[in-house]
Parts: sequence; structure tokens; C-alpha cells
Amino acid sequence: MKTTYREAVRSALSEALRSDARVFLMGEDVGRYGGAFAVSRGLLEEFGPERVRDTPLSESTFVGAGIGAALGGMRPIVEVMTVNFSLLALDQIVNNAATLRHMSGGQLSVPLVVRMATGGGRQLAAQHSHSLEGWYAHIPGIMVLTPATPADARGMLLAALREPDPVFIFEHATLYPTEGEVDESAGPAEIGRAAVRRPGEHVTLITYGGSLPKTLQAADLLAVEGIDAEVIDLRSLRPLDTPTLLASIARTHRAVIVDEGWRMCSFAAEVSAQLMEGGFYDLDGPVARVCSAEVPMPYAKHMEDAALPQPASIVATVHEMLRRHG
Amino acid sequence: MTVERGHALELLRQMVLIRRFEEKAAELYMLGKIRGFLHLYIGEEAVAVGAMQAFTPEDAIVATYREHGQALARGIPAGSLMAEMYGKANGCSRGRGGSMHFFDVSRRFYGGYAIVGGGMPIAVGLALADTLQGRRRVTACFFGDGAVDEGEFHESLNLAALWKLPVLFLCENNLYAMGTALARHQSQMDIGLKAQAYALAGEAVDGMDVLAVESATRRAAEAVRRGEGPYLLEVRTYRFRAHSTADPELYRTKEEVEQWKTRDPIALFAARLREWGLLSDADLTAIEAAVGREIEAAVAVAEAGPWEPVEDLLRDVYTPRTP
Repeated sequence: MKTTYREAVRSALSEALRSDARVFLMGEDVGRYGGAFAVSRGLLEEFGPERVRDTPLSESTFVGAGIGAALGGMRPIVEVMTVNFSLLALDQIVNNAATLRHMSGGQLSVPLVVRMATGGGRQLAAQHSHSLEGWYAHIPGIMVLTPATPADARGMLLAALREPDPVFIFEHATLYPTEGEVDESAGPAEIGRAAVRRPGEHVTLITYGGSLPKTLQAADLLAVEGIDAEVIDLRSLRPLDTPTLLASIARTHRAVIVDEGWRMCSFAAEVSAQLMEGGFYDLDGPVARVCSAEVPMPYAKHMEDAALPQPASIVATVHEMLRRHG
Repeated sequence: MTVERGHALELLRQMVLIRRFEEKAAELYMLGKIRGFLHLYIGEEAVAVGAMQAFTPEDAIVATYREHGQALARGIPAGSLMAEMYGKANGCSRGRGGSMHFFDVSRRFYGGYAIVGGGMPIAVGLALADTLQGRRRVTACFFGDGAVDEGEFHESLNLAALWKLPVLFLCENNLYAMGTALARHQSQMDIGLKAQAYALAGEAVDGMDVLAVESATRRAAEAVRRGEGPYLLEVRTYRFRAHSTADPELYRTKEEVEQWKTRDPIALFAARLREWGLLSDADLTAIEAAVGREIEAAVAVAEAGPWEPVEDLLRDVYTPRTP
């Protein structure tokens, strides 16, 4: 059945709350307000204030309390309204969630799920438009998921709740109203496996999250010119499914990585390095990246559009690659 | 104040154990057997020992990077702690944590946290889990006066009070945030007033008096256990040794330290017990001898412990998945 990304997340939340008494949701405005992105609307009424908990604006402490509650036998889902506010909880994430199993010599596990909206494209300027999932993917001890479709939004949340370790789910804010097929009877998605969203022969376009729709649009534009692009959705940044990427470039011999993070030290840089390490001799030319411009996000629409990866810039990058190394 | 003799001698034994354990650790540090940071608790023993009497095995303990005292008072074997400081595989955290990160889940000892204030939200979450599961347990959250500067202190007190969670916040006020005196890092030095601001019950107690710490903590823990919400106990104490092995102590005078040493919690308690006829020279000799044997055995456990094989380096980053 066709549903929105927003409804798909809500459906997974609702199913998890119904089926597991240990699950509870907490975060800013998840209850009475219904969630800043209306994801949790109706859940307070259905499950009550014990299990759908509005928190104070204390990101560090409610994320840390999620860690503690996980240690105490619960299955917390913490919603941090956006990745921008998650910076206030970095201490708990990096120093506690990611380290407790290791520092305790394997005595502890932290079965915590943290969800947050990410990304730009809504004219929210420099403090509300970050795409920092690549930062989080740098940290061993946590998992980083980036569902790009409604089916994954639902399936990955259900999968995250089965993991014994902390899972961070980045939901690109522009995806919430997008629609897609979701099988309500489908169980958890497989974590750590990339998906070929469009098979192709001439070039591999590698992307994730909010950049997937733009990359698919770019592939359609390229198809008009007879360029057959393969589009791979990473789905999970940590763990990263490198074998699927290498298998693709072994066929196409060209790779472009599309990543909304800033170019410098981007997740795209990591993917590029892994392609070079594992697939150097399969490549006909250097790997290319389409990333955000090195500038805090501007407010004006034309400037924001110019700062972010766009179908046109992806197409132009493929053209340039084919011109130089075709 | 009255105290039963057997209990009094046990309190004294635990304080002496912490003191001798740490003196030995400092010695082993000089010999290079222990590396990293070593934050000694010497001078503050009455806090851990007095407070820990109030908690049951079902209660949870969250501590700081200066947690040797809490770990010993909670009953974690000295050998397991010494081996951890050696970095050996038979240490309480399998050599992955060291002095600042003692863990023993079997004793619900949820660790030493080395980012100031960082353990406080964890304690709030442990208490939330107890509340949601209908368990009448207390989570004891130890932290220093330095943590009072951190946002997590204020956020944690607020959240615990707002949700009426069973956390007993124990502020070990030793008057210095590392090398910065309380007057130089707090505009309002009365920490109890901060508890009031968040509608928490609170009390301050003399942290050099083990019996006072014990009775105040018991009162506080019982209130928390009854479901009256969180409680902030400020325990006023003093650290006799440097902040860590790297600290030249330029920020305080020798006179100040010597003045506080006249209130040494072990000497004070021993003198009091003698006065009450509860402690003889023979008792003290016996305690010292037994503690000496325990420390010797702990060092032997650490010396004999195996090093974890380097092939295991990547273990315990993630939980092994059961197929």
C-alpha cells in the first residue's frame, strides 16, 4: 500500500509500542504537540504519557537518560528533534553510548535507538540545515542508518529495535511527505546492506537519504541522453556495504558519490577511499563527488539551491567525468 | 550518636582498605605498573564508606573517575580493581577501562565516568527504567563540586525532579574542580540552594564524619525509596592528595592541606571509637594486618593476571550477534 515516509515511521513506532512493553518514546514535543514533524501524532493518546514522554529541552540529559534506561532493561526510542540539536548531546553519544560496552569489558550493552531529522533544503539557514550523519558514522560502537524510502523508514526502525547496541537513524526532513510502497506486514529491514535502486551500466551513482530522490532524477535525465546510470542507496553508513559498491564499479568502471554533507572530510570521502582501496583497477578514472558547498547554509532559496547537491550538478559531474575519462 | 561495635569496626576496616589500596596504587604508579591517570580518593574515604551502607544489592551505583573508594565500598574485590589498573584481562573491566572506568554489573556498579557530569544523565535513565518497571530501587549518583558547573547537573536534577525519579544525587564537595576553588567556579557556593531551585529535597553533611554520612545517606535513600522523588546530598570533604598524578598543586597552600589533615576521617573515627571504648590497639593492629594481607593478595592477583591477546583488540565494540 502507498504511504508517506512520515506515516511509515509512525507505523513502526506504533507497532513497536504495541508489541514490546519495554519500548517507550521520549523527546521534545513528541507527545502533546505530536512531534515537530508530526511523526508521533496520536501516539500519546494511544499509549499514554508513561510511554510517550515529552522531555525538557535538555538534549544531553534525555539522550543520556535513554542510555541509562537501556542499561536498566528498557528499549528506549529517543527522538532528537533535529541533528542540529543533537550537537548538545554529543558528549552522551560519543563518550557514553559508543563506549560503554567496550569500557566495561563487554559487561554492558546499550540497546538504544535515537531518531533525528537531518538535512537542508527548506530555507532554514545555517543552524537548522546540517547533514552531520557522516560525523556520527566516524564513531565505532554505534550504527548509523539513513532510510531514504517509506519502506526503509519503517523496516529500519523495526530492525534497530532488535539491535543490542546503539542505533542512530537519520531521517531527511524533506522525505517526510514523500510517498512509496510499504508492506505493513513486512518485518524488520536488513541492516548493513546497500540497495541498487536503479540498475545501469555506464556509471555508478552512490548516495543515501535525502539525496536519493535527486540522484534518481539525475539518472532519468542522463537516460534521455543514452547514459545508463546505476543508482545505489547506501541505506546504512555504519556498517557500510562496501562489497555491493565494488561489485557495481567492477561493471560500470565509474563512480560518482552524492552526499549532502560538506565536501571536506565528508562521508563521500570515506566511500571514495574505500573504492580506491578495493576497486582501483576496476576504475576508468578518478571517483567524483557531489557534495554541499563549503559554506554555512544560506537562507535565500537560490543560494541554498546552489549550496546543495542538485540533479543538474550530478548530471554535470557525470558529463565532465565522461568527457575526461569516457 | 551510638554505633554497634561490629559495624563500627567494619566501617573503619573499609576506610583503611581504601587508604592502603590507594597508597599501594600510588607506589605501583611510581614503579610503572599502573599508567594513565590515577585520581586518588585519600581524605574522602568517609564519603564512599558511609554512603554505601545505605544501598542494597539491587540499588545501582554511578560514580566518577575518582571511584576507587566507591568500588571497594561496594564490595568489588580489590584484586579485580588492581588488575584493572594494571590493564590485565582479569581486571573488572578486562583491562579496557583502567583506573577511571571500573564496572561490575553483578554488583550494579555502572561505572566510573571520566567526563565531568557525564554519569548524571545515565543515573537518571537507570532510575527511569526502575520506575517504568515498577521496581523500588534507588540509583546512587556520585559526582563532585566541579560537576555542578556542568549543564548536565542542572538538566539531570530538573528531569529527575520533574519525573519524580528515584535518584540520590551525592555531591562530593571537596572544594576544588581539579585546581579551581569553589569560589572561583560557582557564583552561588551553597549547592543545596541549587537543589531547591529544582524542587528537590536536599541536605548538607560533614563528609569527614563517616557516621554522619551514613545516617544522612540512609535518611535520604529511604525517602527516595519511598517514592518521594530525587534527593541531593552535599557531602563536604577534602582531597588530601593531588588531583591526579600529573598535578603539581600550585593552586592551594600546604597549610590548607595540613589543616584539613587534622580532620582525617580515619583518624577522627578511630579516636572516637577509642573514646567510646569500641576500639583497642589490638583491634586496629588486626584491621591493619588483615587489610595489608588483602592488598598483598590484590597485587598478586594483578601480577599473575594475563594480558589480553592483541588479536582480541576489536572485541566488545559491538555486542556479538546470536545467529
